[in-house]
Amino acid sequence: MTTLTKSGRDAYAADFAALRQGRNGPDLFANLRDSAWERLEAAPSPYARRGNERWKYTDLAPMARVSFKQAGAPARLPEPSGIRAVAPWDDAWTTLVFVDGRYAHTLSRNAGTEVVAGSLASAGPSEKASVERWLTTVQAVDEEHFTLLNTCFATDGAYVRLPDRSATARPVHLLFVSTASDTPRVSHPRALVLAGKQSQAVVIESYVSLDLTDRHHSNAVAEFVLDDGAQVEHYRILAENEHSFHTGNTRVRQLANSRFNSVSFATGPALGRNDVHVLVDGEGAECNLVGLYMTTNDQHLDNNISVTHERPHGTSHQYYKGILAGSSHAVFSGIVVVKPGAIKTYADQKDLNLLLTPGAEIDTKPSLEILADDVKCYHGATAGHVDLDTLYYMRSRGIDFETASRMLIRGFAAEIVEQFRPPALARFIEDVTESMLPGFRFASSGSGA
Amino acid sequence: MPLLEVRDLHARVLNTQTEILKGLSLTLNAGEVHALMGPNGSGKSTFANVLAGRPDYEITQGQVLLDGEDIGGLFPEQRAIRGLFLAFQYPAEIPGVRPWQFLKASLDAIATHRGQPKLSVREFSKVFDAAVEAVGINPELSKRSLNEGFSGGEKKRNEMLQMEVLQPRLCVMDETDSGLDIDALKTVAGVVNAMRDPKRAFLIVTHYQRILEHVTPDFVHILVGGRIVQSGGADLAREVEQTGYEDLVKSA
Repeated sequence: MTTLTKSGRDAYAADFAALRQGRNGPDLFANLRDSAWERLEAAPSPYARRGNERWKYTDLAPMARVSFKQAGAPARLPEPSGIRAVAPWDDAWTTLVFVDGRYAHTLSRNAGTEVVAGSLASAGPSEKASVERWLTTVQAVDEEHFTLLNTCFATDGAYVRLPDRSATARPVHLLFVSTASDTPRVSHPRALVLAGKQSQAVVIESYVSLDLTDRHHSNAVAEFVLDDGAQVEHYRILAENEHSFHTGNTRVRQLANSRFNSVSFATGPALGRNDVHVLVDGEGAECNLVGLYMTTNDQHLDNNISVTHERPHGTSHQYYKGILAGSSHAVFSGIVVVKPGAIKTYADQKDLNLLLTPGAEIDTKPSLEILADDVKCYHGATAGHVDLDTLYYMRSRGIDFETASRMLIRGFAAEIVEQFRPPALARFIEDVTESMLPGFRFASSGSGA
Repeated sequence: MPLLEVRDLHARVLNTQTEILKGLSLTLNAGEVHALMGPNGSGKSTFANVLAGRPDYEITQGQVLLDGEDIGGLFPEQRAIRGLFLAFQYPAEIPGVRPWQFLKASLDAIATHRGQPKLSVREFSKVFDAAVEAVGINPELSKRSLNEGFSGGEKKRNEMLQMEVLQPRLCVMDETDSGLDIDALKTVAGVVNAMRDPKRAFLIVTHYQRILEHVTPDFVHILVGGRIVQSGGADLAREVEQTGYEDLVKSA
């Protein structure tokens, strides 16, 4: 990518033309792609630096300097053992595996019949109406560059539908794997999750790299629709490699009395952006967004979270924690919007950060936009270094500096880590965080005696 | 050989010029209980923390010998595994770390240093539960994060819990009695009395004589201006309680 036009669209023009040329016959996404391409030109560019509130703390220049090819179908599929080595896995789960954005049927497994789970492209005639009704509608609350870009190149994706009143404790895992390649590639993972009335399910979404050094850009969009009374327990794992780029969009629409519980863990990419936007569009709906992000070295991770209350009696909680080491930079921009009429809304948001090194930097900006009366909203943020008095206290009990630092970091993370409930997922998160600890060293002049 | 021997100790806060301890000398033999009293600002807490190795104090002159070994240059953890324990005046709150986890890590570190096997979780639980009962801590507290949301009294009881489990040879108690109600004070005194042992010594740092009504010290020292200005038996504490520190401050 040499120069960027105002919208950043031109860089993809040749790829888009090639995609159009290459498709024989109409497919599910044909019209959506064309429409997205038209709108992409007018959408605000994320690359603009001046007056760009939405990307204020994240300069995409390092990503713009890399020339990405659109990821095609992989020459050969990775070994299942290779995938299991880098991703959470449980044979008892229904797992849909996507390799470089393409559905890999042979690597996937459907462990139950309670839910409809498969690829969007192969969704049967009975699913057509649901898919057409909802696909790209949840993301469409605003015209955002990366969600539109995803749609421009969409050819497939994950599809999960929970029939009305269905309930399963068996997680559905949407696993997006990036493979190694000679040249940097971009893929566009996509998911559509439709939770029927009074349905209950666990959905895990994870992003991993098979290769530790491969440079790739995952531009993900996941849309969730929760019908009346639906309860979705959602987990999002971002654990791609340290050379990758990730722009992830989670878009949720909640109808009356539904509950969306989401726990996320993010680490890995050189530059990552985690957008979560929830529209509380039914009375009495509840939304809990919880997340842990860990960054080190030169990593940059930007969490852009919003919950918009459109209807009365809604509840939302945002609770995020960050652990920053090296000269990494993390961002938390959280906003709660309470629209006129959304009376009796309760909303809170909190972002707590632990900075381990003088070079680590956090920009945290929780905010409220309240346009209704009779609501209760709270927000807060903290950023602190490891407390020397606390370390001294621990050391005075015989616990050495290194062990004490690790206990403090684990302790800080525990509150979130404990919320990953599926056992195989909990083990994965524990393994990943433990393996990261040696790189999360606390640096201070007070480390000696 | 004395358990603790402090010789002409001078110390200051790191990167400052003003000495807080100005030639403190003190000897504790195993089996003894010493009380160190003094007015605010006399250097009592500084002394307790210099003994424990707080990183932001520096010794500018003199020596601290534990079993004859100069520990003045050792890290706090190195002193702890040699058997020194400081009950903190203001114990730290540690989010996400349960009291038993913390204490197990501490006990493991000490066992490793001594070349002893670590206690199994089951063995440790027994020791821990017994100590919880002994110091009268609400068992619910031990399921929470260490010291987080604990009242002042609960924090002090928790310090006693740690002392009870770790069984240190030199127990330094930094104003453990301050801010305690009478029940908690009796608990603290009870732990000390139960732990009195020919192989162990206590240094009870306090502003008030109150705790000494429940723990009878063998020696009482008065610290004024960073030096011990008077030493005596248990009676000295009562005298000071009546006359106050003022005369001693003037004559120092």
